[in-house]
Amino acid sequence: MTLFELKDVGMRYGTTDVLRSVSLSLNAGEFVAVAGPNGAGKSTLVSILAGLRAPSNGRCRFMGRETKNWNRREFARRVAIILQESGANFPFTAEDIVYMGRMPHRSGLYETAEDRAAVEQALEQTGTTEFRDREFRTLSGGEKQRVLLASALAQSPEVLLLDEPSAHLDIYHQAQLYRLLHELTRRGLLVVAVTHDLNVALAKADRLLLMHHGEIRADGTPSEIVQPDLMRDVYSVAIDVHHGASGKPWITYGG
Amino acid sequence: MADKQHWFTTVTVCCAVLLISFVLSVLIGSSTLNLGRAIQGLPPDREILMSLRVPRALLALWTGGALSLSGVLFQAMLRESLAEAYTLGVAGGASLGAVLAICFGWTVFGAFSAVSVAAFVGAAVVLGVIVLIASDGGQMSSLSLLLAGITVNSICAAVILFLSNLAGFMQSFAITRWMIGGLDAPSYSNLLGLTVALLPVCALVFSRSREWNVLALGEDWAATRGVSTSRLLLLGCVSGSVLTGTVTSLTGPIGFVGLIVPHAMRLWVGADHRILIPTSFFIGASFLLVSDVLSRTVLAPVEVPVGVITAFVGGPCFIWMLRRKSRRVPS
Repeated sequence: MTLFELKDVGMRYGTTDVLRSVSLSLNAGEFVAVAGPNGAGKSTLVSILAGLRAPSNGRCRFMGRETKNWNRREFARRVAIILQESGANFPFTAEDIVYMGRMPHRSGLYETAEDRAAVEQALEQTGTTEFRDREFRTLSGGEKQRVLLASALAQSPEVLLLDEPSAHLDIYHQAQLYRLLHELTRRGLLVVAVTHDLNVALAKADRLLLMHHGEIRADGTPSEIVQPDLMRDVYSVAIDVHHGASGKPWITYGG
Repeated sequence: MADKQHWFTTVTVCCAVLLISFVLSVLIGSSTLNLGRAIQGLPPDREILMSLRVPRALLALWTGGALSLSGVLFQAMLRESLAEAYTLGVAGGASLGAVLAICFGWTVFGAFSAVSVAAFVGAAVVLGVIVLIASDGGQMSSLSLLLAGITVNSICAAVILFLSNLAGFMQSFAITRWMIGGLDAPSYSNLLGLTVALLPVCALVFSRSREWNVLALGEDWAATRGVSTSRLLLLGCVSGSVLTGTVTSLTGPIGFVGLIVPHAMRLWVGADHRILIPTSFFIGASFLLVSDVLSRTVLAPVEVPVGVITAFVGGPCFIWMLRRKSRRVPS
């Protein structure tokens, strides 16, 4: 099922075109990686998908309706995003942050049994139960990242948008994260993750969007796209493609 | 998040603190009050109780509560625990209004004091100007609100200085006295007006507690949790200004309550606005009631303006908070 449909989406800040004429559709059950050099427009694309910015040109439709016409609350029940930075100046606990994911699902002041169940599950899935009572701002980068993931999961979304999800994670938690994201896509979620790690894209993603200068340079399976010629063109870096025992390719670069 | 039992216990404790402060504030003063005689309706105790102590304590209660609640609001909106109602220039506007009324010798406006009305209008005008400056095509960001507030505040301060330079000796004294802030026993009709204006605002602000929670983490964060942030910021600005403007119009600016109380409460009860809002209101009210008792007793029979007491208590607290905060930043 098609969830997002973008047609000629452009984004302009001042006189700079950050995105130009992006057209694509994103489907339920896909794990889509978004890669590209710095300033390629990856984060802008994600913030348009999240409904945080309205495109300057073109249309971005979610489930057939333009994102800007969605009721914010209805939209938030379906689309969750983990933002790269979430500064908390106040002493909220990790659990407080996870409970905030339930925000679009209820209007009363206090949580329901359903909210509690969703929060417990999210805490468990992300391995954050042990520090649920600690102050969020005192957690390490990786712990914060996992709490934010838990908050997004508690939102029970159909779409999960992530910007550099594994940035602060050690390899154990990276493995956990990608196992979880894989499981979620099997259950029919659309997962869109911005990443700089092409090996992660090769190993985990069903589809790779390679962006360059605000355009989609290539869209397809990661192993089709991550090829020496295209990489040299986009990143100006020479890569070597290797094939391991699992059959999945991996790359080394800059050697 | 805070379970109901914890919420109930904490709010009850704060309520009890408020009750005790209120009773103390009514009983303690520059002249001794015989409560037995007052209840029997014997003069002068009855007059001292009903015309002076009780209305004054009620004014202190509303003022402390409202200032501290508006502090909570502005801190959530600006995501800065060292911000307060006065940061947005609301008090600057109120002061300018009052100073204008004093300079032009306006005395009464209908049933109200012209200075109070002018102060309230000043606060409202400044709010309008700030919202106008900070909004950009229907969008409002907390950073531009903060910057607009600081700028407008400085302009108001400059105009006040200019006016008090031009003013005569008596007016100059009246301006200085107003700017210090003080709690003079108001009429019951003023108190009724205060209650009618503030009670619905407090209820509205409390009912949006969960939205303040997500807003306190950032506008994008709130937006992706289904909150329409521009509308919420507007609601917060208007509520915060009504809270500050109404009480400031009767008392003059009383500093530090809106700054210290919410910060201290966050350390005690946590950042969840569902518990922070009611407890900050009760403790803010208690803080001003106790400050008022001090203002009447430290140099009795001379009364120290309550704004001086809150500044003496609040100033050092603020510096301590600032030091504590700057030590934590590098992490």
